[in-house]
Amino acid sequence: MLELRNITKRFGDVLANDHVNIKVKPGTIHAIVGENGAGKSTAMRIAYGFYTADEGEILVEGRPQQINTPHDAIALGIGMVHQHFMLVDTMTVAENIVLGAEPGNAVALNINTAAAEIRKLSEEFKLAVNPHSPIEHLSVGQQQRVELLKALYRHARLLILDEPTAVLTPQEVEEFFAILRRMREQGKTVIIITHKLAEVLAISDEVTVMRDGRVVGSLQTKDTNAAELARLMVGREVLLRVEKTDAKPGGPTLKVRDLSVTAREGNAVDGVSFEVRSGEILGIAGVEGNGQTELIEALAGLVESSRVNGEIHFGDMNITRSGARIRRELGIAHIPEDRHRRGLLLDFDLKENSILGVHYRKPIVSVSPLLDNNAIRARAQEIITGFDVRPANAELPARALSGGNQQKLIIGREFKVNPKLLLVSQPTRGVDIGAIEFIHRQLVSLRDAGCAILLVSAELEEVTSLSDRLLVIHDGKIVGEVDPKVATVEEIGLLMTRGH
Amino acid sequence: MNLLRELLFPLIAVIAAFIVGGILILIIGDNPFTAYGLLFSSALSWPVGIGYTLFYATPLIFTGLAVALAFRCGLLNIGAEGQLYVGAFAAAWVGIELGGVFIKTPGGDIVNSPIANLPGLVLIPLCFIAATGAGAIWGGIPGVLKARFGSHEVINTIMLNFIAIALCSYFTQYHYKVPGDPIMETAEISQSAHIARLGKFIPGMPDFIPLNVSFLLALLCCFLVYLFLWRTKWGYELRSTGSNPTAAEYGGISVRKQIIIAMTISGGLAGMVGINEVLGYRYRYYDGFSDNYGFTGIAVALLGRNHPIGVIISAFLFAILQRGGIPIDAFTENVTKDIVQVLQGIIILFVAAEALFRGPFGKFSLLKRSKV
Repeated sequence: MLELRNITKRFGDVLANDHVNIKVKPGTIHAIVGENGAGKSTAMRIAYGFYTADEGEILVEGRPQQINTPHDAIALGIGMVHQHFMLVDTMTVAENIVLGAEPGNAVALNINTAAAEIRKLSEEFKLAVNPHSPIEHLSVGQQQRVELLKALYRHARLLILDEPTAVLTPQEVEEFFAILRRMREQGKTVIIITHKLAEVLAISDEVTVMRDGRVVGSLQTKDTNAAELARLMVGREVLLRVEKTDAKPGGPTLKVRDLSVTAREGNAVDGVSFEVRSGEILGIAGVEGNGQTELIEALAGLVESSRVNGEIHFGDMNITRSGARIRRELGIAHIPEDRHRRGLLLDFDLKENSILGVHYRKPIVSVSPLLDNNAIRARAQEIITGFDVRPANAELPARALSGGNQQKLIIGREFKVNPKLLLVSQPTRGVDIGAIEFIHRQLVSLRDAGCAILLVSAELEEVTSLSDRLLVIHDGKIVGEVDPKVATVEEIGLLMTRGH
Repeated sequence: MNLLRELLFPLIAVIAAFIVGGILILIIGDNPFTAYGLLFSSALSWPVGIGYTLFYATPLIFTGLAVALAFRCGLLNIGAEGQLYVGAFAAAWVGIELGGVFIKTPGGDIVNSPIANLPGLVLIPLCFIAATGAGAIWGGIPGVLKARFGSHEVINTIMLNFIAIALCSYFTQYHYKVPGDPIMETAEISQSAHIARLGKFIPGMPDFIPLNVSFLLALLCCFLVYLFLWRTKWGYELRSTGSNPTAAEYGGISVRKQIIIAMTISGGLAGMVGINEVLGYRYRYYDGFSDNYGFTGIAVALLGRNHPIGVIISAFLFAILQRGGIPIDAFTENVTKDIVQVLQGIIILFVAAEALFRGPFGKFSLLKRSKV
């Protein structure tokens, strides 16, 4: 269906694609895996006409083609769904789908013809969405279906999906895979760009692995396994399982009693009580949106105190009404779930990001109120080298880093204050496998140094393998405690979804 | 490299504006080169042209700096106009009431007797404080309103502009005007509150040019604002709030406090226009004196990329346009000085359109590409 031959692409000094050869057979689901920056998106953007290659050729159905713009790609039956959806929020599903390919004559838009065709398509592929509802009323999963319909409406026979599952909940991922299989049955070809190995194994027929702009492996999915793919991606052996000794917990660092956080309707967190002891990792498993965000934010002092009921004790101190700054000064660090919204000043450079939260204290401020540039530079450098942040240039804006490196920067910054309690939310979301392994090791070593860690993650595998004790949250309530060493995924999954 | 990129867009905007303006002049029926020649030669001639241009630049530096500082905290201060009016009136009030100025009718009856008669050494600093303080309060009010109730600063600053201008007119008309004076202005402030004109220090610059010490104060403020924003913890907190308030909050920074601080300082800077106007130029509060300095300040900040150095450069450019418009009026056949307004408008349009350039530029910039 699609073949890239010796594609080479340079961005300035960076060799993004180095003689890349990818062959996608018709009627298959083809996964392209690799870490951030491996060049997988670049290769696909070349195939879609976003970029033009410096060297090499593209063959579509066996014939060499010039694809200079996305229009050329669409004309050849290639569609692409981007990681960040390109939809107009205020317009309806049908309007979004026809945008740029409107039916009717030059004056009148015939939206009903379009709607009918969209209905037909959505029945054919079981992509249930109402063509007349506005995008802003749809869930992320539904919006993704709209993106798929958009491509299908343009008669795409080959769909390129860039990190399609990054935004989906586990349930939505299952539905999404069912859709992909249906498409394959209907004779469509699908390319899926990802770095989640479990998904590659679950859905794809063939895999191309990329590293540093080169193709390092083309495999049949059935002949490979996660460990081999991980090794190819990272270029060395990767531990997929967290290695840790048993916890040696001390006294309780954090005591939460009957904590509730009110939301617009009812309580987001509803009468939660637990303790986190020094030297242990307490995990909280749950389907996203069951109060984890509010719980962590309440503990970090980021929720208006009028919305918080119950008591939070840190050591002997009641900190229920204390602000974020006081909690930080007491030794509470926080790795937030949304690094762009909470964790980083994206337009600021790494130096300035490395002092957020300690920017008013010694040694950053030696003669008040002046910032000590040498101290800032030293701190940034320590974090960059200690936590392997790449590129190792403290002058770059945080925006320029990949997600994994942004996360390492945040983790480094929060570790640097030697916290007594660490609140961690989704520590490895959107992070490469190599970095995941690193982050997990760091968390365990911080635990071994005596820090109390409260870990929230939507990745069941992550919470079970990292936690020493594991609570399950459902609808704002703690619905059970399980032993992460013996509990099965099914057992925890049931608690997460049914609440009992 | 970074600086170059920062300068590139404003420069393109200005050049593009001059090209479009030139075409307009051509259509109207004059030679654009002659017109621009007149504009620059008169605005940059030594010493009168330069003197006036710098004098015009002074209030624009203050207001541009005020808008830029608020913007660094993510706030749009459209109220510099009102803040500079209250600043000017406060300076005049102190200059009259504490400067021992009696306001008398033509018949000699005393209408207003001053509170005190202070010497210049005390009086001038007090006038400075009054102008800055009044502006700060006027800017601080919408800051408090936003921090406390979440009401939008744009609406409140616009409203406060009207209130400020009307209040100053009221006090001028009914309390501080010399009875019989046909012009809406206060009595003259005490002689000891006058600040020196720069003609005193610069050989060859005649004394009638109103360029005064407050120009140096404006430059000093640029330097101080730069230090504050980029070299102190307070500036870090203010900029963090502007860059990403939720992250600032996460870092233990009170967003509400930052909003109030930023609006207060911004108002104070705008209020300093009063020092130039009252202590350095007219020596009285003159109703409606501001030639939209507060609003032009927004354009100055925008063109100057909300950076003190950029503000100085763009204030200077806008001052050139303002000063250079006068001979265009007199010495060309068809083009009037309104062309200056057109040029200003086009510059603003081009600077605002930068977002359009930035979109694709950002998308295809090197950094983003290599991130793929």
